[in-house]
Amino acid sequence: MNRQDVFLAGLGGQGVLLAGQILAQAALRSGLEVSWFPAYSPEVRGGEATCTVVMADGPVGSPIVGRPRALVLMDAGSVERHLPRAAEGAIAVINSSLAPDPPRPDGVRVITVPANELAQAAGSERSANLVMLGALLAVRPVVALSEVEAAVLDALPAHRRSSAGVNIEALRAGYRAAGGDVSV
Amino acid sequence: MEDRSGATRKLMSGNEACAEGAIAGGCRFFFGYPITPQNAIPEYMAEHLPEVGGVYVQAESEVAATYMMLGAAAAGTIPMTSSSSPGISLMQEGLSYMLGCELPCVVVNMVRGGPGLGNIAPSQSDYWLATRGAGHGDGRCLTFAPYSVQELHDWSAEAFQVAARYRLPVMILGDAVLAQMMEPVRLRPRGEAMSLDREWAVGGGLKGRERRIVNSLWVVPEVMEQVNLRMKARFDQAEAEMVRFEEVGDEEPEMLVVAYGSMARVAETAIGWAADEGIRARLLRPISLVPFPYAAIRVWAERVRLVLVLELSLGQMVEDVRLAVEGRCPVEFYGRAGGPLITPEDTLSVILSMAGVRRML
Amino acid sequence: MLDDLDLTEYEPVYTRPESFTDTIMRYCPGCTHGLAHRLVAEVLDELGVRERTVCIASVGCSVYTYEYFNCDCVQAAHGRAPAVATGVKRVRPDSVVFTYQGDGDLASIGLAEVVHAAARAENITVIFVNNAVFGMTQGQMAPTTLPGQVTTTTPRGRSREEGGYTLRVCELLSQVEGVAYLARRVLTSPGRVRAAKNALRLAFEAQLEGAGFSLVELLSACPTWWHMTWREAFDWIDQTMTRYFPPGEFVNWRGCGQAKE
Repeated sequence: MNRQDVFLAGLGGQGVLLAGQILAQAALRSGLEVSWFPAYSPEVRGGEATCTVVMADGPVGSPIVGRPRALVLMDAGSVERHLPRAAEGAIAVINSSLAPDPPRPDGVRVITVPANELAQAAGSERSANLVMLGALLAVRPVVALSEVEAAVLDALPAHRRSSAGVNIEALRAGYRAAGGDVSV
Repeated sequence: MEDRSGATRKLMSGNEACAEGAIAGGCRFFFGYPITPQNAIPEYMAEHLPEVGGVYVQAESEVAATYMMLGAAAAGTIPMTSSSSPGISLMQEGLSYMLGCELPCVVVNMVRGGPGLGNIAPSQSDYWLATRGAGHGDGRCLTFAPYSVQELHDWSAEAFQVAARYRLPVMILGDAVLAQMMEPVRLRPRGEAMSLDREWAVGGGLKGRERRIVNSLWVVPEVMEQVNLRMKARFDQAEAEMVRFEEVGDEEPEMLVVAYGSMARVAETAIGWAADEGIRARLLRPISLVPFPYAAIRVWAERVRLVLVLELSLGQMVEDVRLAVEGRCPVEFYGRAGGPLITPEDTLSVILSMAGVRRML
Repeated sequence: MLDDLDLTEYEPVYTRPESFTDTIMRYCPGCTHGLAHRLVAEVLDELGVRERTVCIASVGCSVYTYEYFNCDCVQAAHGRAPAVATGVKRVRPDSVVFTYQGDGDLASIGLAEVVHAAARAENITVIFVNNAVFGMTQGQMAPTTLPGQVTTTTPRGRSREEGGYTLRVCELLSQVEGVAYLARRVLTSPGRVRAAKNALRLAFEAQLEGAGFSLVELLSACPTWWHMTWREAFDWIDQTMTRYFPPGEFVNWRGCGQAKE
């Protein structure tokens, strides 16, 4: 059975939980079984936010992952705390805008993406979470980019669909930055 | 959202799926008080109960919420509340009164780390509270422990029929993992409201019937004993009819792993990995904690070298497992308390070390 | 002999209310719980609502209320009657729901429940019997025990140091929006009894009109734990208790009260 996990972490307010939910929704759209499990500190604003998305073509089993095989790390603190947990052979996408020059542990493939700058260029710095998600999909295609784009629309309330363009552009910018070809 | 099987499924949190399940099951009266990590349940009820002519009341405390349930149940409905560990402690008194009054209700406990104020992290440390509890006196709740968001939805709906059938409080035992995690859910259609027409219910006008008294005060010991015996008879019937559990894993196991709720999810993955390492393990997952699947565990205890119990606590359900095993084989325990999660990797190490130790003996 | 009287020759002018059962009340001699019950029963009869009334009994001397009122009844835990009443009323909005609570039940352990039921404007009626002492448990201090009053747990008299200050429930609740009718009455003379009954009727009328929460506080005699004769007890109510708990109408949704429109 094919089982994939993605662990996302960052500061509260960076959209870590939402990025994970969009990934989970895309997995559902793709016909996979999926679980999205959040953990965050008690502060309503700020603090750390993390979530784990597990996808499988059968029952996902544990929604909790000790040593993730894919990591999306949005700031220096989450790199420090969570990169050491990466499984052997894992891939880690790191936001170099907030975590410049991260460590590169043996057995882990580290991809750096200047997510804040790319998001700003796409139209809104708040879309850095989608830049990171796009970059992950380029290097670990757990679901198709098109399904994630559809999931972005699902996640937006009707009155905010007009801002979908910025989000899709951010997603694609991240995908390109990590070597993906959006025309495929 | 349609998946490949053509079924419509929606990505929902455990809290939301639980609340919608209750509405589908006929819940129309919900009395709530906020406490993390179950706030999405009262919020969902406040938003959606009016759509079906239902009533949400935010109580001033968990204590009051429980007595609002008592009044609502006395008036004939099957009411609901939800809370998390410290709030469930406060509800114990009211649940005892509901048992004494022979009134049904549905209570959801999304367990968090304790004791005391504890934290908002996942825990299974309320097993004793949920299975021995319901306050003072000689009664217990029927307790069910789903392990996925879909199961939470389904049991939340079923709980109303179960509570009505046995005229007992039903507790749905979740935790901060199940409350907050999101998974695809096949939603049940919203059913009719629970009927108010019950032979014990007050209100609705006498219309020629005798007046009714809902009461838990019975000063004459022999009369109070009769109330207890009636309750016990209904409990015994539930024990005969409501044992629920699931098994996965090796058909000829050397080790039986017993875990419930979110811990069973972790164990399921770890058992698969253990099989890859040549360990023959089987998971037995109690879904009904009260009534507990003693007989099913006893059967395996005759056939395995070891029973391993895994809990997010320092060992509560393990006592029920020992009661089931009755010394037929060793019962080992691994758990953590206060909120840290047990990962599948941790669980695999425990299984491997237990298997290694037993093989050397 | 009374048994030889032919009652058919007489027209009854004072009968047992239909809202009473035949059960003999177990209150102490001189206690005014029985009188308070009687007034409630008469009002229920006169309003014609007995068959759709649900009484919520509490814990204290009036714990057996459910045996005395001839209507559906629910026995609540100590202090929780307003929460139970909330549950009944929300499920059965057509029922007339009242609680009957003493000062220990309502003002001590159940203060939160009554204040919040009032704040939610629950359409229920609360009968609050204040005799300034815990009766059933044999004479301990209540929240409404007066300054200087000797009880078994204030043997030197209630003071700031020993027991703290006295709670005035009507004054407290008069600040709460959601209260439709609120009055304090005494039962020490025929005229005052009539005024009390009038207040009870208004309280139930508030509920019948859906105006919101209503409460009538009745200052009640406890000769047993005040260690007085009934006459001394009635005098103590009139001369001492009413100075601390002045009778009056605090809120009247029809606009005749001191506060509120």
